[in-house]
Amino acid sequence: MQQANPASTPRDFLLSVEGLTVSFDGFKAVNDLSFYVDENEIRVIIGPNGAGKTTVLDLICGRTTATEGSIRFRDKELTRMREHEIVHAGVGRKFQNPSIYEDLTVFENLELSFPRGRGVFGALAFKRDKQVIDRVEEIAEMIFLRDQLKTEAAILSHGQKQWLEIGMLLIQSPELLMLDEPVAGMSVSERVKTAELLHQIIKDHSVIVIEHDMKFVQDIAHRVTVMHQGKVLSEGSMDHVQHDPKVIEVYLGH
Amino acid sequence: MNATFYTRREWIALAVLAALILIVFPATMDVFRLNLVGKYLTYAFVAAGLVLCWGHGGILSLGQGIFFGLGGYCMAMFLKLEASSPENTAIQSTPGIPDFMDWNQVTELPFWWIPFKSFPFTLAAVVLVPVIFAYIIGAAMFKRRVGGVYFAIITQAIAAILTILIIGQQGYTGGVNGITDLRTLLGWDIRTDSAKFILYFVNAALLIVVLLLGQAVRVSKFGRLLIAMRDKEDRVRFSGYSVADFKIFIFCLAAAFSAIGGAMFTLQVGFMSPSFVGIVPSIEMVIFAAVGGRLSLFGAVYGALIVNWAKTSFSESFPELWLFAMGGLFIAVVMAFPNGLAGLFRSHVEPLLAKLTRKSPSPPAPDATPAEAVKLAAE
Repeated sequence: MQQANPASTPRDFLLSVEGLTVSFDGFKAVNDLSFYVDENEIRVIIGPNGAGKTTVLDLICGRTTATEGSIRFRDKELTRMREHEIVHAGVGRKFQNPSIYEDLTVFENLELSFPRGRGVFGALAFKRDKQVIDRVEEIAEMIFLRDQLKTEAAILSHGQKQWLEIGMLLIQSPELLMLDEPVAGMSVSERVKTAELLHQIIKDHSVIVIEHDMKFVQDIAHRVTVMHQGKVLSEGSMDHVQHDPKVIEVYLGH
Repeated sequence: MNATFYTRREWIALAVLAALILIVFPATMDVFRLNLVGKYLTYAFVAAGLVLCWGHGGILSLGQGIFFGLGGYCMAMFLKLEASSPENTAIQSTPGIPDFMDWNQVTELPFWWIPFKSFPFTLAAVVLVPVIFAYIIGAAMFKRRVGGVYFAIITQAIAAILTILIIGQQGYTGGVNGITDLRTLLGWDIRTDSAKFILYFVNAALLIVVLLLGQAVRVSKFGRLLIAMRDKEDRVRFSGYSVADFKIFIFCLAAAFSAIGGAMFTLQVGFMSPSFVGIVPSIEMVIFAAVGGRLSLFGAVYGALIVNWAKTSFSESFPELWLFAMGGLFIAVVMAFPNGLAGLFRSHVEPLLAKLTRKSPSPPAPDATPAEAVKLAAE
């Protein structure tokens, strides 16, 4: 990232985060952070607990308001937009704990994320037509839940809930997906399937992933950003950051 | 979604309810009792609004009396003006204004009373005044992400403030007595038995319209979004919905339902007073919805009927115990059967009915939940 020159060509990137700072009662959870994400890139953010990884995602998706700095997504400044407007701009976000509608079925969970009828009256007039059903089935196939469409989401396994939430993002057709620990709590075979899913997703999406599982990171990452105390400690290929002495000291070493 | 507006069992439930309130009650009760049932049913409007707003959307309003009262007062103002013709009020020092104004040395009709001389204006105001008020409360609260207990307390505070305001401004509102001695609606005497009989049916028909409207919201994507917001508000927001707009809409809709109930209350009971606006009635309205089953629109009607019937008979014998009984009932519902009567019906009565019908030659309806049925029809 050191070689990137943001001032001259900020539009080349899908997402440009520059000088981002957020302060909670004086504590800077994210401190003058800058990084850039390319189209169709899988970027993994790693770092010790409390490094500010989740806060960065919160800032990008508008859940937390930045104290300073800018987040540009294509030609839009996200720091001034409301959450649902950021979603409409093409940013989807998955939460750390699977965040799905437990009282609704898998079909309904996906359908509610289908990007149509998002206004009050649009939702009242929304019709479940063939286009919706086809799209829901297509996504369900991708996330390995094709046979569970009628299942109430509450009784899915933890891993299936994680997939369902990823599916809920995919059906929005976002350009950028942000996944907070997508394989946390998953079995080994579920992890393999999730990696497979992510490889399929990046064919036409950019993805930012927060993850602790190094094997998984190695498997999927194009570039890795290591955060520490709200700042970027190191950035580059997995190989590069793994051999960076600063990273070894604070994160991988102990 | 039209094909699955109601499942078969819901159509039966609607038919049973309609038969009960449109045929059985009128056929078996004298006008006095029927009028009493009509009064209870006006609370069912409020409870139906709460089923959508609280049961589905998770927005607990402890101030629905505000909207019931505003709707009722709008209607009462029109009726009072009609009852206060110069001939009827010739003995007052200022003839032609409501009697309570004259008693309070008000000598001129306040400007905001004047539009209520028009019946079309009044009909519009019955719905619009509460809805606009609900919009203001909703926009102020939901845009700032005030929810849960805080929202409940604020609505309760507003109900208390409105009561105090009405009582304090006696010269303009009739004070603690309310607006009484209402006589005619466009010249039609509403105090007669025949008028009470007709008003009962108008009320019952309106209630069914409101239930159908509520169902239309429930089966739409809006209805599923309400449940989604109750479960995971953030997920809805980050799926691209402006959660505040949806909450404001459903709160306004619940207010509109309550207001229609309030206006019908005034017409059937013949007066409106602050005792139907404040904290206690507002909480009672939540109890009607809770007892009936906070996810069931039909349950709301039964809840309103049963609790009010119990209140009337119980408080005749033990007036001082009623409030305790009410509190106990609420706790029992929340702790023991959170889905109210509708939940008990579904878990205990329906399996029994299913067993009985299975013995009969005609096969029972497929045992599908509404959600499943919707999906089956979609495929």
